[in-house]
Amino acid sequence: MSLLSVSGLTTEFRTDAGWRAAVRDVDLEVGANETLAIVGESGSGKSVTALSILRLLPEAGARIAGGSCLFEGRDLAHLDETAMQAIRGARIGMVFQEPMTALNPTMTIGNQIGEVLVRHRGMPRAEARAETLRLLERVRLPSPARRIDDYPHQFSGGMRQRVVIAMAIACRPALLLADEPTTALDVTIQAQILRLLKELQRENGMGMIFITHNLGVVAQIADRVAVMYAGRIVESAPVDEIFARPLHPYTRGLLQAMPRHDRMQDLEPIPGAVPSIRETIVGCAFAPRCPLRIARCVEAPPLDAVGENHAVRCWVAAEKVPA
Amino acid sequence: MLRYVAKRLLFTLPILFVVATCVFQLARVVPGDPALVILGDQANAEALQALRQRMGLDRSLMAQYLSFLWDTVRGDLGLSLSSNRTVWSEISAVLPFTIELTIAATFVGVVLGVPVGVLAALRRNRVADYVTRLLSLAGLSFPAFVSGILLLLAFAVQLRWFPVVSRIVINDPLTRLHNLVLPSINLGLIMAAYVTRVTRSSMLGVLTEDYMRTARAKGLSRRRIVWSHGLRNALIPIVTVVGLYFGTMIGNSVLTEIVFNRPGVGKLILGALQSRDYTLLQGLMIVFAFFVVMVNLCTDLVYGLIDPRVKAR
Amino acid sequence: MSTRTANPMWSALASAFRTNKTSWVGFVMIVLIILAALLAPVLAPADPIEQDILRKLEPPSAESILGTDSFGRDILSRILYGARISLVVGLASILIASLIGGALGVIAGYVGGRVDRLIMGAMDVMLAFPTLLLGLMIVAMIGPSLQNLIIAIALTEIAPFARIARAPTLLLREREFIEAGRALGFSDLRLMFVHILPNIVSDLVVMGTLWMAQAIRTEASLSFIGLGVPPPTATWGSMVREGFEHILDAPWLAVLPSLAILLTVIALNMLGDGLRDAIDPKLRRE
Repeated sequence: MSLLSVSGLTTEFRTDAGWRAAVRDVDLEVGANETLAIVGESGSGKSVTALSILRLLPEAGARIAGGSCLFEGRDLAHLDETAMQAIRGARIGMVFQEPMTALNPTMTIGNQIGEVLVRHRGMPRAEARAETLRLLERVRLPSPARRIDDYPHQFSGGMRQRVVIAMAIACRPALLLADEPTTALDVTIQAQILRLLKELQRENGMGMIFITHNLGVVAQIADRVAVMYAGRIVESAPVDEIFARPLHPYTRGLLQAMPRHDRMQDLEPIPGAVPSIRETIVGCAFAPRCPLRIARCVEAPPLDAVGENHAVRCWVAAEKVPA
Repeated sequence: MLRYVAKRLLFTLPILFVVATCVFQLARVVPGDPALVILGDQANAEALQALRQRMGLDRSLMAQYLSFLWDTVRGDLGLSLSSNRTVWSEISAVLPFTIELTIAATFVGVVLGVPVGVLAALRRNRVADYVTRLLSLAGLSFPAFVSGILLLLAFAVQLRWFPVVSRIVINDPLTRLHNLVLPSINLGLIMAAYVTRVTRSSMLGVLTEDYMRTARAKGLSRRRIVWSHGLRNALIPIVTVVGLYFGTMIGNSVLTEIVFNRPGVGKLILGALQSRDYTLLQGLMIVFAFFVVMVNLCTDLVYGLIDPRVKAR
Repeated sequence: MSTRTANPMWSALASAFRTNKTSWVGFVMIVLIILAALLAPVLAPADPIEQDILRKLEPPSAESILGTDSFGRDILSRILYGARISLVVGLASILIASLIGGALGVIAGYVGGRVDRLIMGAMDVMLAFPTLLLGLMIVAMIGPSLQNLIIAIALTEIAPFARIARAPTLLLREREFIEAGRALGFSDLRLMFVHILPNIVSDLVVMGTLWMAQAIRTEASLSFIGLGVPPPTATWGSMVREGFEHILDAPWLAVLPSLAILLTVIALNMLGDGLRDAIDPKLRRE
């Protein structure tokens, strides 16, 4: 049985044209020790999916309009705020994209990590401090004893991301949501952080949802991949399968736009742009940008299983019609 | 931290110098011959001349200016022309009243303004927010004497909770405190209006910051997120306004002291203006400038305490 | 190329009126107050300075709607005429302050360097003195009269206008149409006052509304202290001052002109605040 099981998740935002869905009818499964990568361009709804699971979207402007997120026997989509607070940071940790702004500039990093321990594990301050030191050591922050009382602005981006990770794993959560945790970092630091996340996952047996637009990172960290477009999952498959046999034209487009050292030809970016949340989508959302578009694409395609663990939302790729 | 304080202190010296120079010039433009003011119209020419000499008014402006600067640096503000007591004794007799009023008013302004501003930000665009915004706009429209008169009418004349004309009691702390309530509420409410507005807008900015979402992702309670993570980051503009309001408060305290018939520096200024007591005026201005500069210094120091990045700059 | 129509702020101001009810309420109130001041000779039931000792301290009645003061003068008439003083002092001092301050700010921002530092340094020193105290000193020096009050209050408000004008000038200086103007050989003076000034006028107008509220408050405060336009002219501040002596037996004497001051200042603040919100979000988030 999986750790987190999302089904039919639909999240809407308030726009000047009324409530519009940013995430529609998304199904996801993550098991312990497993990494699910959610891939897509910005605006595809992948971050909103993660924030919906943890219910971190601003209440005034966003709402979960349907679906469920079963986690450890409870439906996160329908828990009250107090119960959610007990889960956030304790059972589910989250790492954000921008380490430069994700930390409170007026609080020492030691206190920012320590308050999670005090809050969820009821530790006295002294004990929390000792545990914080241990955590900082674990995420390989250099000379933690000297730096525990420093403020975020005294650290580099990579070091700050280590602090954010220490905060997220402080209570040994069962699930870690990582929202583009390496995007803001340079390549060498990126690799270190990915390795660290992998190690921590193995140690604690965490499930992980890893959100990224970078397929190179996916290849390094993921077990399974869900590709999102315009708020829907358009293809999902084990990581090897996605790279070996991409079916959805969007997935293929992403792969072709990916820089690879073994390929000398020019990158081919997908022409066009992700539809905005205000646009009303009829039929397949990708059709306007799709090279394989056919007449039937004015109807919305279902997410069809095309093999073991492989599903795709495309009339052409699912071979319902002759290509 | 020590270097930061020293740097700030050093920075205040030129400002004080400029202010002292301006004050010297200003006081010289007040019309009327001080000697004539002191001795009256009937004084004979010899007596006038003797007094001018004693006060150094016969020397060149430059000489007067230099000795004024030297005296000021030594803390000697000279003799009051109208009372013949030292300027410092005149000022120090009433300064405690003004200081206690200022501190009490700041207390009222902050204790009322900050929570209301935070709540308005959290309830953005809902009824509570609109009501707060309207009330604070009205609050900062009040001239201090208008609000003072309305308070006096309501609480002293109608409800009789406070005396209409307060006696000057220095030895009885309870009476003194009682007399302080209405004046400090008067000044404090106006200040609260400013503080509420700046707290609201500053907090609105902070609420959308990434670290606020991080704090939520950590599972902290809403109260801790808002008051501990949020408010601390919203504090700098609030401290700025509190500091800036100090100047306005000096003006407003003049009006408040008149309405509530309180002793204080404000009434001393009026007296000095009426009797053309320019040494007293000079002294008052120097003391004000000193306080304004000190308040600025304190705001700067508080910035350093609130935000560790300030010291690094 | 018209710099005026290219300015998005005018449309922002127009939309402020459409969406912001507060500024509408303020606008309507201010128009009514101005009408009352203009029509004072028609509306006032009595001469504002004519004394009638036999009818002193009368409470509001059918004969005199708002009662009479200690000299038997009609309060309503005095309030109507007092509006003229407040509005004239407020408007005139703001016009002077915005012209001088605006020009100083544009010059400081446009020329930059040493001139900028000198002007803004002087402005900072002026800002260090509390408005009311500065006004107090100046009026005490030059003597209380309508003209001197206007000068004194204008002097206290030059510095904020210089600041308001300087900031957008710094940004505009780098914009293409100014560069183009320079390339075409326009003089600096022409660039400053024909091309930059129209672009910051809406800023000055919005802040002018708010600072006019402050000017009216300062005038009333000075009058209350006894440094306003000398009696027997009716001013709101001096009416409060006189009425304050009868606070126990005739409280309306002080309260009615107090409310007149308050309503006028609130109206201007509501108007200015709404307008500033409209142009604020992108431009002045410091």
